[in-house]
Amino acid sequence: MADIHNFTLNFGPQHPAAHGVLRLVLEMDGEVIQKADPHIGLLHRGTEKLAESKPFNQSIGYMDRLDYVSMMCNEHAYVMAIEKLLGIKVPERAQYIRVMFDEITRILNHLMWLGAHGLDIGAMTVFLYAFREREDLMDCYEAVSGTRMHATYYRPGGVYRDLPDTMPKYQPSKWRSQTDVDRLNERRRGSMLDFIDDFCARFPANVDEYETLLTDNRIWKQRTVNIGVVSPERALQLGFTGAMLRGSGIEWDLRKKQPYEVYDRMDFDIPVGVNGDCYDRYLVRIEEMRQSNRIVKQCVDWLRANPGPVMLEDHKVSAPKREEMKGDMESLIHHFKLFTEGYCVPAGETYAAVEAPKGEFGIYLVSDGANKPYRVKCRAPGFAHLASLEEMVQGHLLADVVAVIGTQDIVFGEVDR
Amino acid sequence: MSSRTETLASRLTARFAQELRPLPALPNEVAFEVDAANLIAVCRELRDNAEFGFEQLIDLAGVDYLDYGREEWNTLASTATGFSRGVNRIKEHVSEETKQPRFAVIYQLLSISNNWRLRLRCFTNEGEPPVIDSVYDVWNSANWFEREAFDLFGIMFRNHPDLRRILTDYGFIGHPFRKDFPLIGNVEVKYDTAKGRVVYQPVTIEPRTLVPRVIREDNRYDQVLKEVPVGAAASPANR
Repeated sequence: MADIHNFTLNFGPQHPAAHGVLRLVLEMDGEVIQKADPHIGLLHRGTEKLAESKPFNQSIGYMDRLDYVSMMCNEHAYVMAIEKLLGIKVPERAQYIRVMFDEITRILNHLMWLGAHGLDIGAMTVFLYAFREREDLMDCYEAVSGTRMHATYYRPGGVYRDLPDTMPKYQPSKWRSQTDVDRLNERRRGSMLDFIDDFCARFPANVDEYETLLTDNRIWKQRTVNIGVVSPERALQLGFTGAMLRGSGIEWDLRKKQPYEVYDRMDFDIPVGVNGDCYDRYLVRIEEMRQSNRIVKQCVDWLRANPGPVMLEDHKVSAPKREEMKGDMESLIHHFKLFTEGYCVPAGETYAAVEAPKGEFGIYLVSDGANKPYRVKCRAPGFAHLASLEEMVQGHLLADVVAVIGTQDIVFGEVDR
Repeated sequence: MSSRTETLASRLTARFAQELRPLPALPNEVAFEVDAANLIAVCRELRDNAEFGFEQLIDLAGVDYLDYGREEWNTLASTATGFSRGVNRIKEHVSEETKQPRFAVIYQLLSISNNWRLRLRCFTNEGEPPVIDSVYDVWNSANWFEREAFDLFGIMFRNHPDLRRILTDYGFIGHPFRKDFPLIGNVEVKYDTAKGRVVYQPVTIEPRTLVPRVIREDNRYDQVLKEVPVGAAASPANR
């Protein structure tokens, strides 16, 4: 009788299905997973330590780079924590803008997830479809902040600036003829709100397209149904949040249960799964995209009707306008102080959490009264989810590991921080 | 929400009169301090008693209080030569009279059934390494959070099933999130052409501070100063 050993397989860190830099050490009996040991930290940049050495506002940009597919939600948690400690209130219009961009971010994130998850387990087309819509939303990011990804748009006291009246337009080039450009620019003639409104009108049909590709697809179901089942009790024990928790049948959404900004005025539903498998989590996320679209539409309507300030007029915290600065001594002083020293936040500690696309993204912020945070701890949803990978893949086949990584919606920016 | 936090706080003080001490917290937040000796018993009760119902450990964070409330650039006290011009890096780390417990572990608990949150703070024991009980048996989500706190702060968790480094490099020395660990680190890597591999060497750059740490009393947040009528001189005695 030959001596039979378990086989140890090193998966990643440069594996396309490892969603970045996950190194998995898998112990296998044939093709069945016995043990899975994720090695993380290959993208650890010490964001929390860096934040301790900088004035509060200078770390907003780092937050974008945590979960780099849901940028503005991370910023949101961070600025909310600062606002809580400062005890300031954000203008209503800024709150609506934040909610709108949180939901745009959710759609962006779920599209990225859907495309990548599909690609991982054998559905090529949906990736191309998802990126088509992502492009439009990326343009919204660009129009409002100047960058397509790392926006740094939310600031303590509001948002950096009001929504623009024009959308950036495509230019003809060697690769794009004038007719192509005209077709692309057709939707971009009006203001940014017109563009988003138009997007909201056509997006449900796009979600239908993804669903025709996947929902009843035999291969898709074979790869996801009954894979990575998590019971509600285990989901709570393992610290699951967001779609991972809802997929297991627990109706919990911070936007409804502990509403922040103006979510209590929004009309939307929380989708909940039944079986807690990969397929249910897929259905939950698809429905979340539809619900996010509804919220965006409501915000667009409100924002059209209610112009107003988008930044707090407290120059101890928010910078004065550039025109004021040129003519007014006091504004110049405020500007200088804010951009050299920053502002001091009263001593105390707080925990601010938002319902990020991946789950609860929280910032635990300790201030000792200085112009820099004393301690910042980012509670990344992906960290808790990835910790449960071993439990979720035990007894599954190697190919299912990929499906489980996909369903957890892992992004290493936030897991490693 | 405010009445809910009061309900929670009163229930906690009624049930754990001995074990828990309230911590200052913002309105709508509840924070308590627990002694390391009672940690596990309190956590178990918080989870299992339906009055509290904290099914989830949302987050666990280490905190190093070494430099708490200390500034690099003193802007309040003037000297014969005026305010200090340069930045005094915080160097003298251990002064006996201001010595307080250094490492704490912060637990963020969430109750889904009752929809409330609680923050627990627990100081580790003195000495090196700091040791505290693991709450892994109460909430399994503590597994990686505790590994992280161990890696970054060097806090040992008693009875943790698998306490290994998690975020730092294989073979890393030190605990980077401690306040006495330099921001730029102790070692850097480079490719050594002679040896034909990547080697570690001591860092070659100088640490520097771009923006000094300043602690200023802002009278908007100072309750005593707020009550002083505008124009009246605020003397230090008023604070």
